[in-house]
Amino acid sequence: MGAKRKVQPLFEEPDWSFERLSAAFDAIEDVALKDLGLDVYPNQIEIISSEQMLDAYSSLGMPLMYPHWSFGKRFAREEKMYRKGYTGLAYEIVINSNPCISYVMEENTMALQTLVMAHAAFGHNHFFKNNYLFRQWTDADGVLDYFQYAKAFIATCEEKAGMEVVEDTLDAAHALMDQAVFRYRRPRELTSRELKARAQEAQDYKDRTFSDLWRTVPQLHDGEPESETEKELAERMRQHKLPEENVLFFIERNSPVLEPWQREVLRIVRTIAQYFYPQRQTKVMNEGCATFVHHYIANELYDRGLLTEGTMLEILHSHANVVFQADFDDPRYSGLNPYALGFAMMQDIQRMCMDPTPEDKEWFPEIAGNGDWRGTLKDAWANYRDESFILQYLSPRLIREFKLFALTDDADDSHLRVSGIHDEDGYRQVREMLARGYDPGVIDPDIQVVDVDLKRDRQLHLRHHMRKGIPLAEKSRDEVLKHARRLWGYDVSMACVDADSGAERGRISTADWSDDEAAEG
Amino acid sequence: MHQFIDRRQNPKGKSLGNRQRFIRRARAQIKEVVNKSVRDRSITDVASGETVTIPTKGIGEPRFSHSSKGGTRERVFAGNKEFETGDRIPKPQQGEGGGGKQATDQGDGEDEFQFALSRDEFLDLFFEDLELPNLVKTTLKEIVSFSRHRAGFSRVGNPSNLDVARTMRNSLGRRIALARPKDSTLDDLRRQISALEARTGRSDDDERKLQALIEELEGLERRRKIVGFIDPFDVRYRYNEQRPEPNTNAVMFCLMDVSGSMGQREKDLAKRFFVLLHMFLKRRYEHVDVVFIRHTHEASEVDEETFFYSPQTGGTVVSTALREMAAVLADRYPTDTWNIYAAQASDGENFSGDSERCVALLHQELMPFCQYFTYVEIIDEREMGLFGDSESGAALWQAYRTVKEQWHNFEMKRIAKPGDIYPAFRELFAKQVEQA
Repeated sequence: MGAKRKVQPLFEEPDWSFERLSAAFDAIEDVALKDLGLDVYPNQIEIISSEQMLDAYSSLGMPLMYPHWSFGKRFAREEKMYRKGYTGLAYEIVINSNPCISYVMEENTMALQTLVMAHAAFGHNHFFKNNYLFRQWTDADGVLDYFQYAKAFIATCEEKAGMEVVEDTLDAAHALMDQAVFRYRRPRELTSRELKARAQEAQDYKDRTFSDLWRTVPQLHDGEPESETEKELAERMRQHKLPEENVLFFIERNSPVLEPWQREVLRIVRTIAQYFYPQRQTKVMNEGCATFVHHYIANELYDRGLLTEGTMLEILHSHANVVFQADFDDPRYSGLNPYALGFAMMQDIQRMCMDPTPEDKEWFPEIAGNGDWRGTLKDAWANYRDESFILQYLSPRLIREFKLFALTDDADDSHLRVSGIHDEDGYRQVREMLARGYDPGVIDPDIQVVDVDLKRDRQLHLRHHMRKGIPLAEKSRDEVLKHARRLWGYDVSMACVDADSGAERGRISTADWSDDEAAEG
Repeated sequence: MHQFIDRRQNPKGKSLGNRQRFIRRARAQIKEVVNKSVRDRSITDVASGETVTIPTKGIGEPRFSHSSKGGTRERVFAGNKEFETGDRIPKPQQGEGGGGKQATDQGDGEDEFQFALSRDEFLDLFFEDLELPNLVKTTLKEIVSFSRHRAGFSRVGNPSNLDVARTMRNSLGRRIALARPKDSTLDDLRRQISALEARTGRSDDDERKLQALIEELEGLERRRKIVGFIDPFDVRYRYNEQRPEPNTNAVMFCLMDVSGSMGQREKDLAKRFFVLLHMFLKRRYEHVDVVFIRHTHEASEVDEETFFYSPQTGGTVVSTALREMAAVLADRYPTDTWNIYAAQASDGENFSGDSERCVALLHQELMPFCQYFTYVEIIDEREMGLFGDSESGAALWQAYRTVKEQWHNFEMKRIAKPGDIYPAFRELFAKQVEQA
């Protein structure tokens, strides 16, 4: 720590005031922009009371959410937990929008407000603005307007169609919310003129290269011509662009029974799911980034003499609580703490850049000792998600520090097997397994629309690709299928296919259930 | 660039709408829990609202999710102590213990949902579909008290009601509109005049100027007299109007037989009934008085503690209690300002020949003034089968049946166990469609 200059601290009183907040914000901004070189949206910081925090909590952290009973349910639970003292409230909520809105609680002390501003208004903010997932998938400029629109639209629907119908539609759409995202960027849809031009081009190419000789060459699978049904299936799949993993999108586009406003409701739910999808994939990185930033900024301010020792102690106390990692046999253990893991990895990257060990040089030749930890971190924040970040940057040293070990749980085995620990043989194994645990492609069930024959029975066929023999939970699966049936208007079936062997492991259909059964729930 | 916004004054309770939607959604389940809590628990802590646990059926939010069983899973944990690669660990029972808490399977887990119901929500559900009998009729009939409410302003009124601020505002407006000369203008003129007057050896020019000034001053002063500082036109009085107030007072008479035949069980049952009635009245009236009258062969007004718990021996003469009630009524609760409710609990025994006296008392002295009179007979569970039929019963029951025939605000019911109370209560106060 550098020698302290004679500087007046920003504040000494524990309580915050707008003047103190403003002064602290300017000091934080100075470090964040000039020292760390962060790139952030303009900040808007809103002070709210604990009741308002509870409100915001229960509607996915969005202040402008449309009304739905499930948010009320969440509110009832949060409220009870809070009133009985089981859980505290978050210090802040931050919204990925431009300007970036951070909600901070009025109960926070000035020290906490400083921490929270550095954390949310700069850490999260930088991450939102720069990470590739957010850049690709979310529109920070328009998101608040969109939520406003969605809320107004749903209110209009309730007025016109009645609250219960709208609620039913929303219930069903929420059930498919996890199947309502595009995982990969789709090419832009072509305009009709472009389509025509393309068809023309293809035709021209055929004409140019036509040679009657080819007709005489025997076809490859001449022996077994495609059956009529197979051909039809291929045609249907082409027509509907199947398979399609965005089930809700498919229903929205093709359901034979939905009213136009219902399609719009599905679209809204889908848009919201897509908006939150990047956040699900970057929990560790996002929190790690924010925690790293607040930790760095707080220390820097302290070194400059802008924070008193008391303030610093309070900040460090909160910080230590946030990055606490319990051992697996601790009653407090609830998985790896994303704050702890993210923060530790980012500090580790900083260390490797500045002060590498021989091991680091062997494992991370590109970054070890490159001297530019700011650039290295910013590159990581911009171009990775949790899964790839862990796969790329989790160092043996951290694996040892966290004492990570991997367990394999086979249903046929009476015992759990330790498949890797923090030793030379296990590093890669543990790292890969940990990374996979953050890949939504692995943790979310893989469900796709594979076929629908709109000309015949109109049954919607879904397929679940069962990975590693892990089936779906039956009760909720059946409930979701009922919801899907409600949206689709005709029966929905689901085949379960083993992802490795391709063998079918079972098939259920809402057509097999009695009407009462299908109607309830 | 940054901006701080203080949102603390924004309305809170944004989630209230959602919460109501949720409660409506789970209504059936919540109601069942609410009713059950009355049946099984002591009534005193019912009223405070409570944590309810309801089954998730109907309020589930299903998603496709992986089952917690089957297949091969790999998971990474922190904090290894003694494991080596290749170690085999017996599987912990039901996913608890050694492996730590595993990610819960939201699809199949969590069969119950727990949250706290506020007192108001609780009572709303609790008394849903219940109606105070004849409430509307009597509130209309008994518009007797008036209260004064502010209702704007008036040009005439009592000086004590003068609204100074309003009057001055009007006055100011009028003065500006009619260009009343200001004090400062007058002072200025006077100063100029006295300056001129003080000057010795005035020229003609000065004289003319002085004359003009004096004339101007006189003109202004005249104008000031015409355009007064306060004109009667400006004056405003606060206006109050008399508004009829519905009667918001109710008195509840609890009459109970405390003779030897009423054991603690019977008293408890009666108490529960009284408490229910009290809670119910409390929701409707601002102020509810409770009068406890116990009786053996003689009746007296007592406090609550004595009423329920103090033993007394003696015979059973029901009419004494009714007479006592009539006395209290005449003494303290004039019927024009009080809504009168009465609940009588007894085991149905009475001194022979007294029942007729009771009927006569009810007919002449009580029923005309009572909003509602309920009689609950607490009987042995074994007798419930015998007397389940409302036709049969002891002398008092039979006598009261004749009262019921004449007065539609008289109701009677039999109770044998705690579970009967709430249904009986509901039946007594269920919205009376046919009579409305």
